[in-house]
Formats: sequence, structure tokens, C-alpha cells
Amino acid sequence: MSLRKPAKDQPDSFEFNPSSLEAANNIVAKYPKGKQQSAVMALLYIAQRQNNNWIPLAAMKYIAKFLDMPYIKVYEVATFYTMYNLSPVGKFFVQVCTTTPCMIRGANKLVEACKEKISENECELSSDKSCSWMEVECLGACVTAPMMQINDDYYEDLDKEKTSEILDKILNGETPKPGSYRGRINNEPENNRKTLTDLKNA
Amino acid sequence: MLKDKDRIFQNLYNDKGSDLVASQSRGDWVNTKEITNKGRDWIINEIKESQLRGRGGAGFPTGLKWSFAPKELGSRPHYLVINGDESEPGTCKDRDILRFEPHKLIEGCLIASYAVQAHVCYIYIRGEYFVDGQKLQDAIDEAYEKKLLGKNAAGTGWDLDIYIHYGAGAYICGEETALLESLEGKKGQPRLKPPFPALIGLYGCPTIINNVETIAVVPTILRRGAKWFASLGREKNTGTKIFCISGNVNNPCNVEEEMSIPLKELIEVHAGGVIGGWDNLQAVIPGGSSMPLIPKDRCETLKMDFDACVEEKSGLGTAGIVVINKDQDIIKCMARIARFYKHESCGQCTPCREGSGWMWRMLERMAKGDATKDEVDMLGDVTTQIAGHTICAFGEGSSWPVQGLLRHFKKEIQERNNLDPIVQKKNNIPYLVDQHLLDKKNA
Repeated sequence: MSLRKPAKDQPDSFEFNPSSLEAANNIVAKYPKGKQQSAVMALLYIAQRQNNNWIPLAAMKYIAKFLDMPYIKVYEVATFYTMYNLSPVGKFFVQVCTTTPCMIRGANKLVEACKEKISENECELSSDKSCSWMEVECLGACVTAPMMQINDDYYEDLDKEKTSEILDKILNGETPKPGSYRGRINNEPENNRKTLTDLKNA
Repeated sequence: MLKDKDRIFQNLYNDKGSDLVASQSRGDWVNTKEITNKGRDWIINEIKESQLRGRGGAGFPTGLKWSFAPKELGSRPHYLVINGDESEPGTCKDRDILRFEPHKLIEGCLIASYAVQAHVCYIYIRGEYFVDGQKLQDAIDEAYEKKLLGKNAAGTGWDLDIYIHYGAGAYICGEETALLESLEGKKGQPRLKPPFPALIGLYGCPTIINNVETIAVVPTILRRGAKWFASLGREKNTGTKIFCISGNVNNPCNVEEEMSIPLKELIEVHAGGVIGGWDNLQAVIPGGSSMPLIPKDRCETLKMDFDACVEEKSGLGTAGIVVINKDQDIIKCMARIARFYKHESCGQCTPCREGSGWMWRMLERMAKGDATKDEVDMLGDVTTQIAGHTICAFGEGSSWPVQGLLRHFKKEIQERNNLDPIVQKKNNIPYLVDQHLLDKKNA
């Protein structure tokens, strides 16, 4: 199990803004009447997006009221799933996959780059508080390993140099181009494609 | 090698685009009505005859699963749930289906929903695939616009709504009952079976749960016939499969190939060979991290299908092939996998919650050579006390890779770890203390 704790400094209140509210109502409508609890995961995401990439306890209380469910049930969900950030992670949240398929292709180099550029420890904000990094488990892009995720986007086929370049960009407040950094647009074998060649050359 | 015309996922590499027009030119959504007009029994029978087995890891016959759904629609609605919570290390096939072949999946959902009489279908996608999920959402919106979904979907007379539900980083939600819990807005902790989801599933209603790849191949099977699908591969292991080849190979890739293809052919032909040559191969994990590894000498002749892998005391799983060459420390690799399972255990059953941490800490020490002689056997003992003593298959999934390591690389571990038992030497090895709780303040 992973151990997760809410941040010490918590805002006093939280409320959905109009666009979040609209999105939340759309989500609730996906589920049958009386089963609105199903929407809790999506609503936590909405809260996280609205609140600068993390979920304060006040948001959990607000969502509990919104969905008419006990606060503890929302708290349970928010602490169980690892993609809900319970403390500030900065505008850019870097997640480096270090599970075996990435590890054997050199994911530790990416971790080194993060340590040099962002902060010595994981889950620690950079000096300008704009980003943080952490090691995560398999992100499901094993054939383009090693890779990392920054907010929603995947950055694949990396090495230490390219990672440093990407991190420099986010430290400047820019969003780097997602995708493969060896120019692949899909998961085909590079320069060695033996299948569906008619389609490729058509 | 499989002929190109027999490949189901023609757009696996996104040569032609994934929108509706391009998909229709590949044969999707062409006369879907004709398929459903042949009736539920025909569809289920055809899938049974094709011997399609679930592509999510367990390999359960799909037609049989569908036939478990109640024949008559009672007071409770039926649901179809698609499992796209692809989190098994080594596996990234569903992602390509979501982003490059979304219409195959959507059409499959319609046909499967019709077959099991579901009017609502939820597609559960792991939260990290948000961008790929949005591509699927675009395809769903497109399908609604063209009346392929919604009321009287694609003129079949069947009403169907499809919704996407994002997970949030929990591997365990790929287990079908944990996925249902998660869909209901709870912690993803697996349920006891029975009752099976086919009778009591989502919101207590009959629910059929299938993997993304399983559903995406259904329309093609029904168009080209069960006989065609069954002619590929071998008896009980039919059809094609997307293999993900990662790790120490020259060209890591996803490729759709015939079942029962030799592992060596996959690695040498499609993935460009092992880095450092075939002789530099150390071991292969054939089906995602939870399947025991297979050492080099067995890899020479191994055929990649469900039954052949079981004969090697491993499994095809999700067909996520992780190639490990001799430059890697095999104990370290397995210790990292054990750490994955420690992190992802849902915490419901004690043997798994505690045992997965034990295995990880012992393996970490063994990788460093800090373990004692008797601990090697103790590790084997721990694995047998987890497997089979948990609610879901996570217990097996976490202990099998360790058992595989002990089966094939015991000598390496013993050579590296020859300390005398701790009682005699008084080595301070705190393996009863949850170190990960102590040393990470920010975790």
C-alpha cells in the first residue's frame, strides 16, 4: 500500500467555480439516479484541476455535500487513489516511471535529472514552487521507455539530456511538446517495420 | 508471419487516422445492422466457435462469459463494462486501441451490449491515459453525431449510451470486481466471488466485464466469421494478439501477430533482436510483470499462447513481453517488480498487504547481498503464504514473479547471499519493521 497524508496547511473553504460546477453536473448525469456517488472520482479531478493541481480537505467536504455522501467516504477515495494530490505539487507535476521495463532502459537517469533540476527529494517543491517530481509505478508506455508524465502529457523515449531540456522548459513556465523524443509517432518498431507496410507507403 | 490482410488492427500505427471516415474505409461500422439482425444467440455462438479468449490476462472464453448474462431482462438493467485500466508493467496495447482504433472498440461495445442486453456501457480507463481517453471521447461524440450511438444505435433498434469513467492510478482496479467498486465511487478493493458480476455486478445488477482488446476484435470476428479467426493460431489459442515487446531489445514495439508465434521470432524479427545479441539474453517475462520469468534456454522454443506458457509454469497474461539481457541484475529487476506490488496492494487482505512488503524488502537486501543463507528459502515460504490466501488474484500476481526468480535463479541469489543466520551474527536487519513508513516523510 502507499502511504498518503494530506498537507498541513489547508485552506478554510472550497467551492466549485461556475465552469467546474457545470462539468460536475454533466458528470453526475452519466450515472443512474441515486448512484451519484459514482461521480466522486471525476469530481475530485475537477477540484484538483481548479485548485492548482491538488485537493484540499475543504474540497472533499464540499464534494461530500455535493453528492450527498459521508465525508469519510470521499476522504477514503481521495487517499486510496494515488493520482489525487493531497498537498501542493506545483503547476507542473513530473512523474517519472521507474518500474522494471523503464528501469532496465535507464529510468534512473531521468530521476538524476529531476534531482539536479527540480529538487533533491521527491514530492518536494522546486525553489520557485512551480514544480515537483516523484517516482511512480508503471504508466503504461513500456515500449517507449524510459518515459515520464508531466500533468496530463506523456514524454517518451527519453534520456538524461532530453529530460534536462524538458525540465528547463517547465522551469521557465513553458509547456514542452509531448510525445516521443526520438520522433516516433506511434509504437511501431523504429526503422524495422515489417508489418502493414502497404499502408505505410501508400 | 501473419499476412497483413489477416491483421485486425490495420491502424495500429496510425497510418490512416482514427476518425470515423477513415475507420469506415477500414470496414468499421459497415452494416452493423446485419450482424445484430442475426440475433443474440448467433452472436454468442459465433464468438464461442471462434474460441476467443479474454485478452486482459486471465484468458477466460469470451463467448462463455457472455452466455452467463441472464437470458431475460428482469427488473434490474444489465451493464457492459469495458476494462481499460491497463497498468500491468510491460503492457501498453490498449492505449493504442484507444487512440488509434477507437471505432473498433465502440462498435464492439454496441454488438456486445446487444448480445448481453445492456443499454449502458461504461469504459473504465486508467487516469494516466487522460489524453488517450479524450481521443476515445471524441470518437464517441462523433458516433453520437452520426447516430451510431444513442437511440436506435446504427439502425440496429438497440439503444446504447457509452460513458467513460477515469480511474486514478490504482493498479488493482484492473481486477474486475475492484473496478466495479471504483465505478461505484468507492475504494477499489476487490469483492468476494461468488456472486459473480454476471449476476450481481455494478449497482447489484448483471454486468459483463471485458478487456478493451477483447471487445475491439469482436466486430471483425463476426464479419469475417468464427472459422477464419479459429484458423489462426492453434486449438483453444486462436486468433491474433497485440504483443508489446519492451526492455532490452533494439526496437521495442507493439505488433499484432498470430497466437502461438514463437517468442524468438517476435523478438528477432519484429523487435530487432536482443541488445547484445541473442546470446546476451538472460530471461524474458512473457506476459506482464505478474507472470513468472522464463530463462533463456526455454525461450528458444517457447510458443506465445495461453497453454504453451502455462506448460512453462508461466502465463501469457496480457502478452507484455519484457526482455531482460545479461547486462541487467535479475535480482534487482525482480526487487523492483516486488516494490511495484508492495505499492499497489489494496490493503484489504493481510497476507498480501504485509507479504508484498516482506518480499520487496527481502529482495532488496538480496540484490545487495545483505541477506542470510536461510532467507532464500524463507522468501519462497512467504510467497506460498500469500498465493491462494487472498480475495483476488493479486496475491498470485505478486508472488509468482518471485517464485519464478527462485525457480530459475536460485543459484545466483545463494551465491550473492551467504551470510550466516542473523541470530548468530546479530546483524541488525529490521525486516519486521515497515521501513517504507519510517524513511519517507513526504510519501
